[in-house]
Amino acid sequence: MSSFRSGSSLDALGGFGRYALTQVFRAIVILWGAFTVTFFLLQMMPGDAVMIRFMDPELGLSPEQIEAMRVLYSGSSNPLVQYVHTIGQMLQGNFGYSVQLGVPVATLIAAALPVTLRLAAVGFLLSLLWTLAIAVGASLLPLRWLRQALHALPGFWSAIPLYWSGILIIQLLSFRLHLLPVVGVGPWEGVILPAIAVSLPIAAPQAKLLLQQIEETEQLPFVMAIRTKGASRASVFFRHILPNSIIPSLTMAGLVFGELIAGAIVTETVFGLNGLGHLTREAVSGQDVAVLQAIVMIGATGFVVANLTVDLLIPLINPTLRSAPAGRKETSGS
Amino acid sequence: MSVVTPVLDVSDLSFAYGEKTAVENISFRLLPGRITALIGESGSGKSTIAKAIIRLLPPNAHVLQGTLSLNGQSLLNVRLRELNKIRGRQIGFIPQDPSSSLDPRIPVGRQIEEILQLHTSLGRYERRERVLHLLERVGFPEPERCFSKFPHEFSGGMKQRILIAIAVALAPPLIIADEPTSALDVTVQKQILDLLGRLREENGSSLLMITHDLALARDRADDVIVMQGGRIAEQNTTRLLFENPQSPYTRKLLADSPAFHPRLASTLPSDRTETPAIEVSDLTISHNSDRHGSKPTVRNISFSVQPGTTHGIIGESGSGKTTLLRCLMGLIPPLAGSVLIQGDDIFSGHGKKRPASFRKMQLVYQNPWSSLDPRQTVRRIIEEPLRNHFRKDAAWRLARIHELLERVHLPQSILAQHPSEISGGQCQRVALARALAAEPDILVLDEFVSALDVTVQARILDLLVELQKELRLTFVFVSHDLAVVRQIADTISVIRRGTQEEYGPTEEIFEQPASPYTRTLLQAIPGQKHLGT
Repeated sequence: MSSFRSGSSLDALGGFGRYALTQVFRAIVILWGAFTVTFFLLQMMPGDAVMIRFMDPELGLSPEQIEAMRVLYSGSSNPLVQYVHTIGQMLQGNFGYSVQLGVPVATLIAAALPVTLRLAAVGFLLSLLWTLAIAVGASLLPLRWLRQALHALPGFWSAIPLYWSGILIIQLLSFRLHLLPVVGVGPWEGVILPAIAVSLPIAAPQAKLLLQQIEETEQLPFVMAIRTKGASRASVFFRHILPNSIIPSLTMAGLVFGELIAGAIVTETVFGLNGLGHLTREAVSGQDVAVLQAIVMIGATGFVVANLTVDLLIPLINPTLRSAPAGRKETSGS
Repeated sequence: MSVVTPVLDVSDLSFAYGEKTAVENISFRLLPGRITALIGESGSGKSTIAKAIIRLLPPNAHVLQGTLSLNGQSLLNVRLRELNKIRGRQIGFIPQDPSSSLDPRIPVGRQIEEILQLHTSLGRYERRERVLHLLERVGFPEPERCFSKFPHEFSGGMKQRILIAIAVALAPPLIIADEPTSALDVTVQKQILDLLGRLREENGSSLLMITHDLALARDRADDVIVMQGGRIAEQNTTRLLFENPQSPYTRKLLADSPAFHPRLASTLPSDRTETPAIEVSDLTISHNSDRHGSKPTVRNISFSVQPGTTHGIIGESGSGKTTLLRCLMGLIPPLAGSVLIQGDDIFSGHGKKRPASFRKMQLVYQNPWSSLDPRQTVRRIIEEPLRNHFRKDAAWRLARIHELLERVHLPQSILAQHPSEISGGQCQRVALARALAAEPDILVLDEFVSALDVTVQARILDLLVELQKELRLTFVFVSHDLAVVRQIADTISVIRRGTQEEYGPTEEIFEQPASPYTRTLLQAIPGQKHLGT
C-alpha cells in the first residue's frame, strides 16, 4: 500500500482525494505498460497471422501483395509507427480486424466478453460467500471438531484441480441430480455450474488467508479487552474480529477477480462456453495478433480495475489509513 | 474475622495450564472500597489470577481446586451467558497496554458506548450523553470532539483514560487493573493513577491492582499480596508489610528495589584534570526523515563524562534520547556541535578515526532476547567481536571467552546454549560479555535493565558497578526509570523534547532540581514519600 504523500497541487483535495488520484494514475500507468510489453512481445513472435493466412502457395499471392495485406491490417510495416497507430486506435475504441476471421476485433470481444464477465462476477460472489461462510463457521460453530474440519477445508480444497472438480460438478448436479441442464440453457442459468466450479478453487486461498488473519486478530490485546466488557462471542466476532481481519483477503480478492477474467480458458473449455477463454484459444492457435492484444488489454483492465477498487475500499475499512499519521500532525504544530 | 462481606473471596484456589500448575492454594479477600495490590515478578502467577477472576484464561487452563466468588456468587462454574452479564457490569477490567487495547477501526466514543449497549437499555441519545459525561470525567475537556476520533489519534496516556472510562462506566463493585501504567511515562503514570484512584472512590469500587512495582504498591494500595512462583508469599496491610516484612522473599524484593535505595555507585572521582572520556558540546542533531522536515530533534546538548564514571540520560518517550545515542555512536552526523571521544572528534577526519572509536565504545541494547541472534550459540555470539577486532588464533579466543564469562559471572556450561534457552538476566550478561570482548573503554547502555524483574535488575546493576571498578569503564546509561538512574549514575542529563533541561551531579539534581520539569518528573516517581534515607 502506498502512503498519501503527493504533489502540492493536490493538497486541496485532502488525504483521501490525493490517495485516490495517485491510485488511478498508477492504474493507468500499469495499463500502458501491459499494452507496450504485449505489443512488442507479439511483434517478436516468428511469423505472423498474415503469413499464416496468405502465404499458402495455392493462393498464389506475390510477396508484394502480402506486404500490402500487412500494411492494410496494421497500418505500417514499421513497428514503432504501428505501436503509435494501435494505441491511437485503441483509445478510440477501435481494436482492429481479426486476420483469421476478417471481422472487427470489437465484434468478437462484444460477443465473448459478456459470457466471461457473467461467469467471473457470479463465480466471484460465490467465492466471497464460501469464504465468509467458512470463516464464520470455523469461528463460531458450537462443535469443536466441526470448527477444526472447516479450518482444514481450504487447504484440501485448493489441491483439487479445476477441470476435475468441474467435471465432477456436471456429473453430480446435472447428470445425477438433474438440477440444471448443461446444454441449451439461458445466459444466466448456463453460468451457474461453471461459476460454482471456479468459485471453489478461488475461495480456498481467500478463506485460508481470512482464517489465518482471524486467528492473529484474536490474539490481539484489544480483543481480550472487549471480552472483559461482557460482549458475547458472536458480537466480538462480527463487530471487532472480522472487520479487523478482512483487509488481506480483500487484497487477494482483487487479484483473484482479475485472474477470473484473464484465465477463463479451462472453465470455458470444460463447460463449453464461448467466452474470452475460448476466443483466446482460437487467437493463439491462429497467431491473431490484434485479437490477442485486445484480450490482454481486457485482462489487464480487469486486474487493474479490481485492484483499484480494493485499494480505494481499504481506507474505508481501516481508519488509520484514512488520515495523515498522528505523529506528523503533532510535530508540524509548533 | 470481619462482618463486612468481601467483594471478592478467593479460597484455596489452584489452577493449571495443561499439566503444569500455575497457581497453588491461593486465598485472599477483597473488602469493599479498598485497593489491593497484587505484586510479584514475571511468572509469579499474578496475571493468571487476574485473568482467572474474569475467566479469560486460555482453553487449556483448568481449576484444580478451590473457590472464587464475587459478592457471594461463584464465578468458577457460571455459564458463558451469565458470565457476560458479570464482565463489565460487576467487574471492570483495565488492560496492561493501552496502545493495543482499543479496536483500531472504531471511534473511541463508540467503544465506550459499546459497554452501555451491552448492559443497559438506554436509548441512543442517552447513551451518547453518558459517554460524553464519562469522557469529561476522565479528563477530556472537549468530549464532543473526542467522541468520533480514532484510537491512533490519541497518545498512550489518553488511550488509557478511555479504557478507564470503559471500566468505570457502570460503576462495577470490582475493578481489576493489570499493570495499568507500566507502558506509560512516569509523569503520565502519576496522572493516570490519580485519576483511577479518584474515580474508584467516587464509585466506591474495590480495586485489584496487579503490578511489579513495589513503590507504586506502597504509594497506592491499602493491602498488599506478594506472589512468588504461583503461591502467596505474604499478605498484609501495606503499612505492616513494608514496615515489617515477614517472608524472606518480600525482604529480598524490598532490598533489591531501586526506589528504596537511592545510591549504589561509587562517588565521583576527584581527579578532574584527566581528558574526559566523552565530551559533547553544543550538539544539535536533525533526524532527517521527511516526517519531521529538517527541524532539529535534539538541540544544544552539552555534557562531559570523566573516565570511570557513569552519566545517566533521562527522558520520556519522544524526548530525543535515541537520536542523541545514535549520534554519540557516530551513526548519524550532527548539524552542529561536536562529540569528542577521549579527546578525538569522531566527526572530523572523514571517518578515519571511526573504527577505533567503534571498538573503544560499545552499545548494549534494551531487549535481552531480540538483540542476540537467536540462531547462534552463546559461544559464537561472544566470539564474533573477538574475530572482528583481533587477529589471534582460536585458542586465544577460547581463553578470552572463558575469561569474559567469568567477568559477567556466567557458568561455562552456557556456551553451547542459544539465547532462547537462557533467562533474560543471563541474556543481558551475554550481551555485556560480547560488548566487553572488544575491550572497550566506554559502554553505552540503552534501557539496559528496563525489561528485567527487580531482583534480576539488582544483580545486573551490581555487576555493572563491579565491572566499572575493575576495568575503569565509563558508562552512558540511558533510562526512563529515575530510581535506577539515581542508583548508578554520577552525573545526569535530563532531556525533554530534544533540549537539555538539566545537567549536573546526580544527588544535586535529585535533591534540588532547578527546572520545573525535573521537579514534576521527580514528584511522579512512586515511593517518594517513603524515602527516609
